[in-house]
Amino acid sequence: MTSDGDTGDLSGLIDRLAPLHARKRGGLLPLLHAVQEEIGFVPDAAVPLIAEALNISRAEVHGVVTFYHDFRRTPAGRHVVKLCRAESCQARGGAAIEKAMQRRLGVAMGATRGDGAVSLEPVYCLGLCAIGPNALVDGRPVARIDAGAIERIAAGVGA
Amino acid sequence: MSRVYISKDMASVALGADALADAFAAAGCEVVRTGSRGLFSIEPLVEVETGEGRIGYGPVGPGDVAAVLDGTHANRLGDVTALPFFVRQQRFSFERVGVIDPLDCDAYAAHDGWRGLDAARAVAPQAVVDAVKASGLRGRGGAGFPTGIKWQTVLDAASDEKFIVCNADEGDSGTFADRMLMEGDPYCLIEGMAIAAHAVGAGHGYIYIRSEYPFAIETMHAAIERSARRMAPFTLEVRVGAGAYVCGEETALLDSIEGKRGQVRAKPPLPAIEGLFGKPTVINNVLSLAAVPFILSEGAEAYAAVGFGRSRGTMPVQLAGNVKNGGLFEVGFGITLGELVNDIGGGTASGRPVRAVQVGGPLGAYFPPSMFHLPFDYEAFAGAGGLIGHAGITVFDDSVDMAHMARFAMEFCAAESCGKCTPCRIGSTRGVEIMDRILAARNTALSSVRPEPVEGLFSTLDEKDGASTRSARTEGGYLAKALYSRSPARIDTGLTAQTDLLRDLCDTMKYGSLCALGGFTPYPVLSALDHFPEDFGASAPIQDAAE
Ligand SMILES: Cc1cc2nc3c(=O)[nH]c(=O)nc-3n(C[C@H](O)[C@H](O)[C@H](O)COP(=O)(O)O)c2cc1C
Ligand code: SF4
Ligand code: FES
Repeated sequence: MTSDGDTGDLSGLIDRLAPLHARKRGGLLPLLHAVQEEIGFVPDAAVPLIAEALNISRAEVHGVVTFYHDFRRTPAGRHVVKLCRAESCQARGGAAIEKAMQRRLGVAMGATRGDGAVSLEPVYCLGLCAIGPNALVDGRPVARIDAGAIERIAAGVGA
Repeated sequence: MSRVYISKDMASVALGADALADAFAAAGCEVVRTGSRGLFSIEPLVEVETGEGRIGYGPVGPGDVAAVLDGTHANRLGDVTALPFFVRQQRFSFERVGVIDPLDCDAYAAHDGWRGLDAARAVAPQAVVDAVKASGLRGRGGAGFPTGIKWQTVLDAASDEKFIVCNADEGDSGTFADRMLMEGDPYCLIEGMAIAAHAVGAGHGYIYIRSEYPFAIETMHAAIERSARRMAPFTLEVRVGAGAYVCGEETALLDSIEGKRGQVRAKPPLPAIEGLFGKPTVINNVLSLAAVPFILSEGAEAYAAVGFGRSRGTMPVQLAGNVKNGGLFEVGFGITLGELVNDIGGGTASGRPVRAVQVGGPLGAYFPPSMFHLPFDYEAFAGAGGLIGHAGITVFDDSVDMAHMARFAMEFCAAESCGKCTPCRIGSTRGVEIMDRILAARNTALSSVRPEPVEGLFSTLDEKDGASTRSARTEGGYLAKALYSRSPARIDTGLTAQTDLLRDLCDTMKYGSLCALGGFTPYPVLSALDHFPEDFGASAPIQDAAE
């Protein structure tokens, strides 16, 4: 994983990814997705490089990175648990699951655990609203989360 | 070797469909992966092809393969489409979902696919627009604007370039129809967009899919590639959202495709005149576009023949939350809310009484069972102080705390506000504070008379240690800083004063916001307050005799 100050690697990465998206109209979001896909976050040091590659201002890139909830400016944990907090999951006991999950994983909602093992992130609906509470665990959908499922998720992320 | 059908819909996979498919494949079966039939209480579901058609078994797991194949399994359902949940439906848009392999071009064509596009291309653009107008189709994304009139505006706009944009942001909790259609019958959406392109003279289109839908994104990418020749000269591209609810608002969505912050634009100009990259643009919800192939192939009259009042055709209703038979139920408008929740939904999954339903996502009103006579119809819901929205119905049992849900509505608005206008950006944060004061005052005043809130059947875990929900998405961010930035020391924090203040604030948000995020957040808040005042510390309302 590239660290924040690693601009050498970063410019190589942007040089490689930018041409794939620079010609698209409105290519900034696809490029940011691609960067995050590769290195897990969008480092602040990448902002001027992206701005230059797309011929837009740094302010525009910064504005977009900070507007969208998906883009991370710091690395995520090795595993990412996105737990749904929206109404239909709440109707199925989501709030209690959220508390239990925080306790079991040892990390607060919206944070990454100190040892970098796992991030717990809120998501507002996964479109699985009749079978909640739901989560995406490293991109894999998990439904009807109960105490047993929390244990399995915790074991899977090594917590 | 028997052939079996197993869904690869994201919901089915979340319930274990992949392991089931692996087990049948290991047993030597030919496994066809389909979309989901849409009734989740019978999933994971497997359907075995036999001389008498497909015979369903569900829910089943990988250990049940032998019993399913020799026909002795206890969860034998027979012909799935003969189950009451399916018999009562009118599947115009979802006819193929759950039946065919979503990416199989031949299967799509064999099940009446592309007939709408061929019919459209055989006539002049104006004739296509006229058919859509005659069908009475209204936008399924929420606002219910007549689709044909929108298309007419784009057709009439002179421009060297026009676009078709599909709104697949589906951010509302309680909704999943767009997702199920994209995963289960992607060519239907592509066909609808190609028809729209012919109707208005557009050459290129975008499908903006929320990032929370990885399966739909993958399926649409593959489907576009495989049907490129069939839709030509029209071309299509997928764009992926980035977790902002407000990007479902059409002008914010356009800005997002353009690579900008997803902020709402002031209207006019309408997107139909100056839309994507400043060009005339049709922007429609997935379900609006997916209804079009049927209208063109079966005729506008066939579509308009079903429905209620000015709401014509069918609506893929989504039964969600604490409901026994949750899933997708496509039916003509006019069915009552009570029929949907009780007769079809079967009441709550927890077995406790239904206390409230929220219709139309996070900006929709909460209704008590005393309003279950309401027919599913745009005008009827508007008249009752609510909205149909994208037709998601979220069911809550009697363990729900409606003041907490009102607080959540404000919190969600604060987290998702695009920040363009003050009533929404600031008002939502002040709304969370007011709700916190109301909750504090209620809990102090009523702790002696009101029993502790009952725990839902689902919450078997102990809840002793938690405070109320925190603003997780903005933890340590602007919301945390903004909350209580004004000292409440000089404010009357009593229930009556705070409730009045809440109404006043809702009034400001409703009439002063630029878009429906700030403008409609008062719906869930005020409906909770009006229909469930006892949760806000007021004395209980006079009960309806019917209740
Ligand atoms: C905050 C907000 C979120 C919205 N989210 C969606 C959405 O996720 N999907 C959608 O189709 N329409 C959504 N809409 C409605 C769109 O602005 C627009 O009305 C719709 O895309 C038009 O298509 P239709 O006429 O086919 O419904 C949203 C509106 C607002 C104000
Ligand atoms: S109401 Fe909210 S989301 Fe809509 S434009 Fe105003 S600030 Fe943005
Ligand atoms: S509300 Fe949680 S998946 Fe929709």
